[in-house]
Parts: sequence; C-alpha cells; structure tokens
Amino acid sequence: MAGTITEKIFSARCGKEVTAGEVVMAPISGAMIHDITGPLAIEKFYEMGGEKVFDPAKIIMLFDHQVPADSLNAAEIQKNMRIFAKEQGIHNYDIKEGVCHQVTLEKGRVSPGDIVIGSDSHTCMYGAVGAFATGVGSTDMGFALRYGCLYFRVPESIRAHVTGRFQERVGAKDLILTIIKDITVDGATYKAVEFTGDTIESLNMAGRMTCCNMAIEMGGKAGIVPPDQVTKEYLKGRGTWREENLASDPDAVYASWRDYDVSDLVPQVAVPHNVDQVVDVTEIAGTPVDQVFIGSCTNGRFEDLEEAALVLGDKKFSDDVRVLVIPASKTEYLKALRTGLIEQFVEAGALVEAPCCGPCMGGSFGLIASGEVSFSTSNRNFRGRQGSAKGKVYLGSAATAAATAIRGEITDPREVR
Amino acid sequence: MQVWKFGDNIDTDAIIPGRFLTINDPAELATHAFEGIRDEFSKQAKKGDIIVAGRNFGCGSSREHAPLALTGAGIQMVIAQSFARIFYRNSINVGLLPVICPRASEISETDQVVPHLDEGYLDVSGKKLPTEPVPEFLRRIIDAGGLVAYAKTIRSEDLCIK
Repeated sequence: MAGTITEKIFSARCGKEVTAGEVVMAPISGAMIHDITGPLAIEKFYEMGGEKVFDPAKIIMLFDHQVPADSLNAAEIQKNMRIFAKEQGIHNYDIKEGVCHQVTLEKGRVSPGDIVIGSDSHTCMYGAVGAFATGVGSTDMGFALRYGCLYFRVPESIRAHVTGRFQERVGAKDLILTIIKDITVDGATYKAVEFTGDTIESLNMAGRMTCCNMAIEMGGKAGIVPPDQVTKEYLKGRGTWREENLASDPDAVYASWRDYDVSDLVPQVAVPHNVDQVVDVTEIAGTPVDQVFIGSCTNGRFEDLEEAALVLGDKKFSDDVRVLVIPASKTEYLKALRTGLIEQFVEAGALVEAPCCGPCMGGSFGLIASGEVSFSTSNRNFRGRQGSAKGKVYLGSAATAAATAIRGEITDPREVR
Repeated sequence: MQVWKFGDNIDTDAIIPGRFLTINDPAELATHAFEGIRDEFSKQAKKGDIIVAGRNFGCGSSREHAPLALTGAGIQMVIAQSFARIFYRNSINVGLLPVICPRASEISETDQVVPHLDEGYLDVSGKKLPTEPVPEFLRRIIDAGGLVAYAKTIRSEDLCIK
C-alpha cells in the first residue's frame, strides 16, 4: 500500500503495515531528556514502578536550559539528574556540549527511519535526518524510559513542496516562517510536515534542521526531510546510514499539499505574539530593538553565525543594543572560534556566551524588561517568552538579526553592505 | 464553580512562565499560573473551577508544568475549541481533563457549566453544547486516572518489547 515516509517508518518499526490515524504502541529508537523536563520524567519513571531504564544505551541526558546552574533549585535538579544517569548507566553530556537537539544530532544519536522522542517540543528537529521525532511530556517520557515504547497516533502528513533558489541573504529561516504563516500556528496540529522539492534538496543540514525544528510552531507532531546524499554525508562518522530507499510513495495520501516558490522570497520576520504573524522585513524595518539574540537550536549553528558575520563585516553593533551570540553547541562554537567569527562578534560589541539555550525560553539569563524589544533567531515570540510579559519578541534569520544589531532597529539584511 | 475564559493560542509560557520551571510541585506552580497575563487567576481560582478557551490551547513547549500548574490551582477540566497536541496528551497523563467543544466561544464567565461527557455535551446554563468524543485509547488512560496509574495495569502483551 502507498504510504508517506512517516507511515513507512511506523510500519517498519512496528513490524506491521500501519496508516495515518491508527494508534500504535511503537518501540523507541532513542530518547533525550534535559534539565527542565527530565526531573519530572524520572519521578514518573519511579512512580510507574521503574527500577532500570529499558536500555541505557538508547537514552541521553544533557543540561542546556539553565546552565551553568543559575539558581540553587537548578543546581539541585542537575545534581539529582547526574545521580540518576550514573545509577542507570545513561550517557550524560551534562553542561558540556550545548543545546539538546543540536547535540543529539551531532553525536549521531538519530538515524534515518528511527522513532525518537525527547521531552522537549523542538525534538521534531531530528526529522532533518529522515527520522520520525517528536516532543513528549514528562509522564510519556517516564513511560518510555521504563518500557522502551510509547503510544503514538500515526499522523497524517502535510507536504510542503518547495522550489526555486533563494536570493542573497534569504534562507531556511525565512522559508519556514513563510510556511508557518501559510499553515498557521495550529494548521499542522497532530500532523507531520514533510519538506520536499529542489529547494529542500539543495539545503544543507543546518537549513533542514531549522525547518524541521519549527514544525511544532504550526502544531506539527514532526517535521521530516527524506534522507538523501546530504544526509548521508552528514551521518558519516556519526549515525547509521540505512541504504533503504526511505521516501514517500508517489501516490501516498496527504492531508494537504502546499507548494512554495522561494525565488522572490524576501527576509521574513515573525512579529509579536504568535509565530504565524509573519511579515516581509520591509514592513517593519525601523522598529527599535533593545536586545538581539543570535543562537538557539533553531539558528545557533556555524552556518548561522557565518551568515551573521558576513552581514557584520568590520562594522560594529549599535551602542544601543545588547547583542548576545550563543553557539548551539561546543562543536559549532569551536568552528566559529577557529574561523575568527567569535573574535569578530566580540570586537563588534557582542557578548558571546557558552553553548546553551540562553534567553530563548526566558528561564535563565538575558531576559528583557517591560517595554523592551528583543530580535531573536530562536523559535517563539510568545508574550513573556524572553522575560517580561510586557516585552516584545521578533523572530528572524541570523542575517536579519545581525543587520538589526548593527543599526539598532529592525533592518533588511540586504541593505547592509 | 467559576469559568475562567481565555482566548486563542494560549501558550504554555503564558500558563507557566519559563522562569518557574525548576518548581515541580503543582500547588507551588499554581501560585505562578498565568503570571503577568492574568494575575488574579492564581489568587482566586479554586477547586472545581473550569477554564474555557478558544483554539490551540496549550501550544508551545512540552512542559508538563503547565497542566500541573492548573491542577495545582484546583482546575480539573479545560474546555477549548481545540488543543495543542503535547498539552492535550500531557493533561490526560496527569489527570487534567481536556474537553474539545467546537462552540466553546459561546460560554461566558457567568455561565454554570455541567459536563455530560458520556452523552457528549456540556450543559451551559441550560444550553446544550456538543463535545467531541475522546479517542478510545486515551479514554482508558483517563479512566485509570492518568498514565502512571494506567501503566500499572498495562498487560505485557500490550507492550511491543518484552
């Protein structure tokens, strides 16, 4: 029977043919927990009578939301999680590697065809390597830690088919914001968003991660890019490349099919307070900002930092703006360090922090005050997301963020030379 | 019983802001529920109150602290036109009942709401508003009182690994 890539993954992993809408108990290929949602997952694991996790080799732990521990509560939580990891034999990357999703992929913990869960909503990013990956709550994670499987409703898919070549200083973030604007914040609820087309095929892994990462921002259960040579290349020395031809059948059934052409796409910005409130940068250019954040699992990779650095050149950031640059992982940090990008950002007036989530979820440092405006390369512009509920968060690409940081107001990156 | 009415796209950052996520106790989380968004909620909400919202309630983060903050405040039921996926499932797992009612916008804060979920409707001050049925497998978890209780009853043949 014809199937989408998502249906095929579930069928293969469940050992029987399943179709969208069916509820299945599926085995987990991998699971990730972090410092915010991990403690409750561990508590639930024990409440369910758990003693030993189903397979310590398939679970990873790391701390990224409040690191290094920024309160006594955070310190206690991390201490207890370290004890759990040691007792259970789980690999704990602790505070040393960076943002969970970036690290999970970098360390080769996800392969095409896997079913992976994380107790974080942006787990859908792992679809960039052709896996089915979804965020779950702590109780579901506790169940999975104990039993190695979890209930899933096999999702219908929305096909986002993208063609055309990006103009200069326009890229994956602008594309995904356009798609979210079209599908809306709840248009993909319970569904997988499958990204295809020549634009997606020509995207590097960083861009694919950006797209899949934000599937949740339209309610998506997963985002997925069919694995290809780019995926294979990325997985070299990391995960397992499976030679099977993993893609949707030509006659697979979709909940909807959306076509996009990026040829004329200009830089996009999500304005407060919903991620589908997306406009061309030209519509809001000139809006003053107080803080610019370049980082996060969405856009904190070397490619993003490089994009920001290209816009920056030898210019300085505005004196009126606090600029925070936070690479998504140690690996990305080192790449930026060795190529001189970090020095360039520091010289220009940025504060470069060690890999972590930073201000993205407003639970640690870099918060904004009432009346302040943040321009951020992260994924959510909800009211209060980065601090005061009376503040505002705008979202865009690293190029737009850099241009904005230079001028101190939202700026079209194509205008900064 | 009081109805607390909210609009569309109420996200989990609004329900419980990120800066309180080192708290895991529902009662303590409840003291910060909707902080900065609707400050009187945490002071006045009481056991048996109902939240009524529009579309996409609970969107955003997977934090289970969000449904826990609501149960800590005494809320046992959220009625919305639609729910975000992770919040919906988290709610059922922790014993907060999410009820999908496409006509939820017709409910006001002065209404008395009496659920008749087995019959598929809400009695809203005498008016019948239809609710959507809960999928069968989630129903089993609700009937058990949440996923922890359900897990204790699960049969090994229902698990895919032995």
